[in-house]
Amino acid sequence: MTDITRPPAPRHIPDRLDKPLSSAIFSWEALLVIIAVLIFAINSFASPYFLDPYSLSDLTFNFTEKGLIAFAMALLIISGEIDLSVAAIVALASTLMGMAVQAGAATPVLVLIGIVVGLGCGAFNGLLVTRLGLPSIVVTIGTMSLFRGIAFIILGDQAYKGYPESFAFFGQAYVWWVVSFELVLFLTAAVVYWFLLHRTSFGRRVFAIGNNPVAAQFSGVRVGRIKFILFCLTGLMSGIASVLITSRLGSTRPSIAQGYELEVITMVVLGGVSILGGAGSIAGVVLAAFIMGLVTFGLGLLNVPGIVMSIFIGLLLIIVIALPIVWRRLRGGR
Amino acid sequence: MKAILKYREIWLLAAIAVLIGLISTRFPAFANPGNLRQVFNDTSILMILALGQMVVILTRSIDLSMASNLCFTGMVVAMLNAAHPAIPIPLLIVIALAVGLVLGAINGLLVWRLNIPSIVVTLGTLTIYRGATFVLSGGAWVNADKMSPDFIGFQRAAFLGVPVLSWIAILVIALFFVLMTRTALGRSIYAIGVNPTASVYTGIDVGRTKFIVFCISGMIGGLSGYLWISRYVIASVEVANGYELNIIAACVIGGISIAGGIGSVGGAVLGALFLGIISNALPVINISPFWQMAISGSAIILAVVLNARGERQQGRIILRKIEAV
Repeated sequence: MTDITRPPAPRHIPDRLDKPLSSAIFSWEALLVIIAVLIFAINSFASPYFLDPYSLSDLTFNFTEKGLIAFAMALLIISGEIDLSVAAIVALASTLMGMAVQAGAATPVLVLIGIVVGLGCGAFNGLLVTRLGLPSIVVTIGTMSLFRGIAFIILGDQAYKGYPESFAFFGQAYVWWVVSFELVLFLTAAVVYWFLLHRTSFGRRVFAIGNNPVAAQFSGVRVGRIKFILFCLTGLMSGIASVLITSRLGSTRPSIAQGYELEVITMVVLGGVSILGGAGSIAGVVLAAFIMGLVTFGLGLLNVPGIVMSIFIGLLLIIVIALPIVWRRLRGGR
Repeated sequence: MKAILKYREIWLLAAIAVLIGLISTRFPAFANPGNLRQVFNDTSILMILALGQMVVILTRSIDLSMASNLCFTGMVVAMLNAAHPAIPIPLLIVIALAVGLVLGAINGLLVWRLNIPSIVVTLGTLTIYRGATFVLSGGAWVNADKMSPDFIGFQRAAFLGVPVLSWIAILVIALFFVLMTRTALGRSIYAIGVNPTASVYTGIDVGRTKFIVFCISGMIGGLSGYLWISRYVIASVEVANGYELNIIAACVIGGISIAGGIGSVGGAVLGALFLGIISNALPVINISPFWQMAISGSAIILAVVLNARGERQQGRIILRKIEAV
């Protein structure tokens, strides 16, 4: 109703999505905590198997790998860019690890390959976006096909197996009782990224770039370099995730991690990061990852097929984002 | 001459001609009219989808849910056909358009009324619509033997020597051409993409136009649902999984700027044709189809690089930069 008379807000002015319910008592994170607690409660009533330490530990595998990528993706999206190629990077890194295994490589070499390939792919994206000034959404649609295409060329319809036993540690081992290595890595990364984004000048620059790249440039922020670093980080995290996923599955197919890019972005957006850039928090992303893990795991215990779970994730995404807006409309009467 | 070279459609046409030329050096029969007609027919659905996506992208939005819409609508018409083979095909097409329209309108309403960015809305509905397909079908497939001969035969029937599917594509292209070049709605769509703020001051209802645009892409998704299912004669939850990115890729190769405001019907059609020729030619010239993704990926990157140069020359980027400040 107000669309005709009011011009849309220019991009750099923080969107109303950025500070949801700010006029009310809740912060976005509080909203997510409430949702998480609700889903947790529903789960524990719905299935007798839910509140078991071992099954709760299984739950963590539902989000740790994608969550690791989501941290770096959050920074990237806050800076106003996006990377759709993360799942393809996982596939390419996994394929090259598989090739190395066929050549008889040992576990440390495999991990190194995963990390280096991830970093390399991220740097390639970063160079294309920053050096040539191209929109990242299109560049990474291209590299997404390119990276996964290379995996398809190498693998065809084959699968690589025969990973060394020591390699299974990354995706399958428990560090302490029911605490998996993946979970430890996830939590460590959460702390590191929280510190990076919220406690360093680098993090402040990321926000500044997302809010207004031109102003950031004029105030001495090296926008191109920071964006390049962020693409490298996203690639690196995809490489690490590739090590974990490959290790957990013990095999590589070219279709590995298919569709992960959208799940990762869903996590980031659900975590309260503005898709327009400039706003967001790591705590939100951690909570969103946890919520997505809870939803898929809880529905899994109830024998709900994976494709139906995705309905709930999609609904959750839209409802959570729409909630503050509807709330404000109702209260403001506008 | 220079004036002609400024049009990127000319470049694309040249690129396609070179591509066909290269392929014919390896396999001469590829370039004969009968085969090219076949390639056009094979690419029809992608062209139609790319046009629907184009109008969305022109308004600075994006519709990631198109392939899921296609999958859902396709399942609806396939199940309807399996249960009631007596329903005539034209009515089924109307139903497909209507179902697609509803799904598109949901996207449009969320974007318009709640002001949620389209990438978030359609990311959500992407999974919802595909999940809904599963709920609707219970995970079952609708196979060729359950579909009526009419259902499968309609788009294959030849009219003036050209399959109906190609005619539908030609009709859609013509409609979009009229829409984008001869109507106020088409002009508003471009205006919103170039400068949303200015459009508001010129009296364009940006939100409502975006809603209409999503309705259009929804209807296109629905139409393609029927076409896809009757062409590949199987309806399942997996239909066109991940295809949304192929559609966007066709638009990008066709020179439609993801930042909105720049692009043409001819570009979208040629972009889709370019991808279609690649996928048709690979098996013909004995390259494994596994190369397809890598080749189209490289084509996209190349196209983006060229796009960015073209846009810079037009000076629109500078305008946008000033506006961003």
